[in-house]
This record gives sequence, structure tokens and C-alpha cells, in this order.
Amino acid sequence: MPLVLALEQAYTEAKADTAFQAELGGYLATYVGRPSPLYFASRLSKRHGARIWLKREELNHTGSHKINNCMGQILLARRMGKTRIIAETGAGQHGVAAATACTLFGLACVVYMGAVDIERQAPNVQRMRLLGAEVRPVESGSATLKDAMNEALRDWVANVSDTYYLIGSAAGPHPYPMMVRDFQTVIGREARVQILEAEGRLPDALVACVGGGSNAIGLFHPFLADETVRLYGVEASGEGMESGRHAAALNGGRPGVLHGAHSYLLQDLDGQVLEAHSISAGLDYPGIGPEHAFLRDAGRARYLTATDEEAVDAFALCTRLEGILPALESAHALAKLDEVAAETGRDGVIVLGLSGRGDKDLTAIAPRLEGR
Amino acid sequence: MGVSRIEARFADLERKDLAAFVPYVVAGDPDPETSWRILEALPGAGADLIELGLPFSDPMADGPSVQHGAARALAAGADTAGVLALARRFRDVDAATPIILMGYYNPVLSFGLDAFAGAAAAAGIDGLIMVDVPPEEADPLADALETHNLALIRLATPTTDEARMAIVARRVRGFVYFVSVTGVTGSKEADADAIAAQVRRVREVSRLPVAVGFGVRTSERAAEVARIADATVVGSALVDEISTALALNRDPAAKVLDRAAAMAQAVHSARARG
Repeated sequence: MPLVLALEQAYTEAKADTAFQAELGGYLATYVGRPSPLYFASRLSKRHGARIWLKREELNHTGSHKINNCMGQILLARRMGKTRIIAETGAGQHGVAAATACTLFGLACVVYMGAVDIERQAPNVQRMRLLGAEVRPVESGSATLKDAMNEALRDWVANVSDTYYLIGSAAGPHPYPMMVRDFQTVIGREARVQILEAEGRLPDALVACVGGGSNAIGLFHPFLADETVRLYGVEASGEGMESGRHAAALNGGRPGVLHGAHSYLLQDLDGQVLEAHSISAGLDYPGIGPEHAFLRDAGRARYLTATDEEAVDAFALCTRLEGILPALESAHALAKLDEVAAETGRDGVIVLGLSGRGDKDLTAIAPRLEGR
Repeated sequence: MGVSRIEARFADLERKDLAAFVPYVVAGDPDPETSWRILEALPGAGADLIELGLPFSDPMADGPSVQHGAARALAAGADTAGVLALARRFRDVDAATPIILMGYYNPVLSFGLDAFAGAAAAAGIDGLIMVDVPPEEADPLADALETHNLALIRLATPTTDEARMAIVARRVRGFVYFVSVTGVTGSKEADADAIAAQVRRVREVSRLPVAVGFGVRTSERAAEVARIADATVVGSALVDEISTALALNRDPAAKVLDRAAAMAQAVHSARARG
């Protein structure tokens, strides 16, 4: 607890410090490449029957929205005088972003990654190692994201004085879900300005994939007070909800506590945490950020599900129609465009969070795309 | 009995000027029957209180030893009902040795806080350590335990500063558990002088007995701790005996009990020699 209390205090001070915000804004503009474009996807629009705009987070440096949060937290870590950074990663997008941010400031970086994920996300493992990060395989439990997080927490409590734990999702103990959300709201703040400029009005719907939920909360948050804007999160239903092999904490879980957060959780009747399953390593987490649980229970956001197969289909469709390779994570959001468009209608304006690029997923989906 | 069984045991030991030897084993490790044979024989091996681990799928405060123990127990079918039944069976043959259940919040939350406290009390469990419930979030749990007269036992660590020590001690009953290392269970041992200084800090805010654990692996260290604190907790070293015995195809119960007896001996003779 003293660790997270100190972190909360340091973050509160940094948040109010205009110099900190200016420094972060500078790096986001010149290093990350923000603002990211809001692109009108005309062929997807025609296909799904709505006006579809893609918020292009995949164009950020390192290829996903993860760098937004890493830049914020790395500046905070420096402010706190920490010299060693640890992180967990599932798909490797956060690991790459963390390793990149560490390189930028010459900080030592250790990334915990499930052994199963190391296998299916080989290109990102190579990238992290090239960047000078040490990638530590985690063999315990299901050897995926939640186990990487367990191991990172164990490292942190043993190395409190010099180590900063850079969590990549809107999960974990307070203040992480709040802080990660704050650093990711740049997505929604930009999108709000961009869509008002492009369409002259607010969108009818926002769509984003949710694992821990950082890109979705970042997109949603600046629109929460706009009651006409419908919010759709898309969870990974893996091999199908009825198969039990999925990662849909909101649709298939119940309230519980994991990694210091009280939220929805995939668990058995005895409260043991279940393994999540998804073709997308970045959605493979049995919990979900607590703010999404709140938005769902309050009826403010709806959470749909997309299967592995639907995500692969959407990946192929977006690639062929728009020339954009989406990350498999983002493909879950793309997979629900028919459903969302049916609710908004042909003139409906939809903003979809394209959270990352799909180059890293080619090996994982190649066998599934053969013969199409 | 609950809190009063813990108090009675510490009062008895204080009269004899003895530190308590507190072994930790994971309930159901490596299988229900072997786990029962270990538990049943621990008082005879010198256990004054027993810490019983409630296995959890994600034991993030534990090192590899206890992680393996929990995984073995779960693989062998351990569940909350089974752990409670194990405690009940023990209570039928031993009315005096307190049992402290140690684990993580989610299985307890899933059971229902009041239902769990009631079932634990009925099974003869006396106190609960919930590793991942900070004092700020503990009131509902503390209320449920209080209703059933069970002790809430909290962990203090080397990073717990003066202001926080008082918060940690609030609503705690039975004893305060001081974690002697900055890290997870089974870490390398801390320096005895440092532990002594830390235990003094705990005593400034609480009149309860102080137990020291995490990183007590050898008889020598167990004896040193017995001269400083009111209780010595030994966990990973015992759980490791199960791993070793399984690898060598020996009886895990015999190995655990031998090791426990040696550590108990060291703890109980520490003050006379010291």
C-alpha cells in the first residue's frame, strides 16, 4: 500500500503541474506523432451502412495507443526519481511502448510476458529486445497477461526503492485505472474536436475493443456527458460464450477482486480466477477496468462480444477495403460495425477506436486466412 | 472460540517465556489426505498456532514455493468447502491450537463475507489474514469477522511508515503479523538487527503479540526471531519439503513434520539459550 499511496500523491501533483503537462504534450506531438488522424473510411461506411470514422491510434509511434500512457507514466517515474522500470505485456504492444519510452530516457526496463504470449507475439518480443529491454518469460498459471501482472507485482514489492511499475491497462490497484485513463483520454479529446470539425456534430456512437479497457475508456471518457453519444465496448468471446473459452469479463463474469481492483472477473463458483481465451493476446485478461464495470452497471455503455472468427473476418475486411491492417484487438471492434450501424442508421456517425496495427498478428492469423 | 483461543495460547506461552512456533501449510497440498496427515500431526511436532493457506489461482504475494503448493492443492481438487472441512476435522481432535486461515480476498468475497465468517467460525477457524485487502477497504470484512468473533490479522512491512503503522493496527485482533522482508514469501532472509528494530516499531502502536514471517527459512533464523518477537512463522521452507519429497518419491508428510519439529525445537529453546 505505501507504494501505491506514494504513486497516487506523485501523480496528483504532476497532474496539476503545467510544466509536466507541457512536457508530456511536447513528446506526444513530436515523438509519438499526435494528434492522430480521424479518417473517414468510405468503403467500410458503404459496406456497413453508416458514416464510419477511424481514430487512427495505429499510426502512433510504436504502432498502438499504448505509447500515450507510457509517455505519461515514464515522465512521472522520472519525476519520482525511479531508475528501473518494470511492465507486463500481453500482445507486446505495451511492452514495446514501455521499452521505447525507457530507451528514450536511458532507464533500465524489464518486461514480464507470459510464455504463451511470447510464442504468439514473436515480432514484438524481438522489438523489445532490440530496444534493450529484458523480456522475462512467465511460466506460472496460464502463462498469459494476468500471470505476467502477478510476476510484475512480485518484482515491484521486492524492489520498491528504485523501481516504477508501468501498468499498461486500465486495471490494477488505484491509482492505475484512473491514471491510465487520464493519459489515454487524449484519444477522445482529439476525436471530439476532429469529429465536430468534420461532421459539424457529435457522433451517434463510439466503438472500441476492451480487454483491460484502456483505449476504450480513453475514447469514451471525454464523451460521457454527451448523452446522445452511444458507447459500445467490444469484448473478446474467443471460441464463443457458450464454449466457456472467452475473455468477456463483463458478459461472462461476475464481480470480484483481482490485482487490487474490484470489477467484473472471470472466475469459477469458488472464486478462483479462470483463464481468459482470445486469439488476441492483448484482450486475454480475465478482469476489466473498474470504470467499464461502472459504465455498464449505470447503463451508460453497452458491451458487445466478438469471437475469434469474427475478428479475423473483420481484420481481412478492413485490410482489403481500406488498406489498413488493424491489430487483432481492434478487429474485435470492427467486427461489430454491422450491429452498431443497424442502431445508428445510414446517416449515423460512428467513431471507431483503431487502437493498433496488425503487423504483429500476421503469424497468428495466417493459417486462418489461407484459402480465403 | 475465535479470538479468545488465540489470546489463550499466547497468554500460556508468555507464562512459559516461550515464543510461538507457527507453521504455514497450504490446505490440500499436495492432496487432501496427505494434507490432513500433516495438519493432524503439526501440534505434536511443536506447532503452537497453525497458519492454513487457502489456495488461490493468483497468489501474487507469494514466491515460487507457495505458488507451487497452491497450484498442487488446486490441481488435487482443493476448494473452499474442502478447506473448511479440513479445519473442522482438525478441530474435532484438537481444541486448543488456533488455526489462522491465510489467503486472498476473491474466494472469500465470492463465498459472501458474512457467510464465510460464519462457516469459518463453525469450522473452528480462529482468525483470517487477507493478503490483498488493505485497511482502507477492510471494514466490511472486519465487520463480518467481528460478528463471528474471528480475529482479523494484518500484515505490517518494512515499508509501513509511522503514520501507516497505526492504520494497519486498527481493528486487528489476535496478533500483528510483521513481514520481515520487502518482498514476497520465501524471499532471502532479513537481518536480525533490522527485524528487532522493526518489531519495536510495531510494539509502539499495538499491545498485541507480534509474529514475524516471510523469509524465515532456517532453524538459526527461527531461533533469532523467537528472541525478538512473540511468534515465528515458517512457510516456504515447509512447503519446499513437499516439493522435494514428491520429486524423490518420499512421503511429504514425514518430511514436512521432521522439518517442522526441528524448527519448533529451535524456536522453543531459543530464549533459554539466548
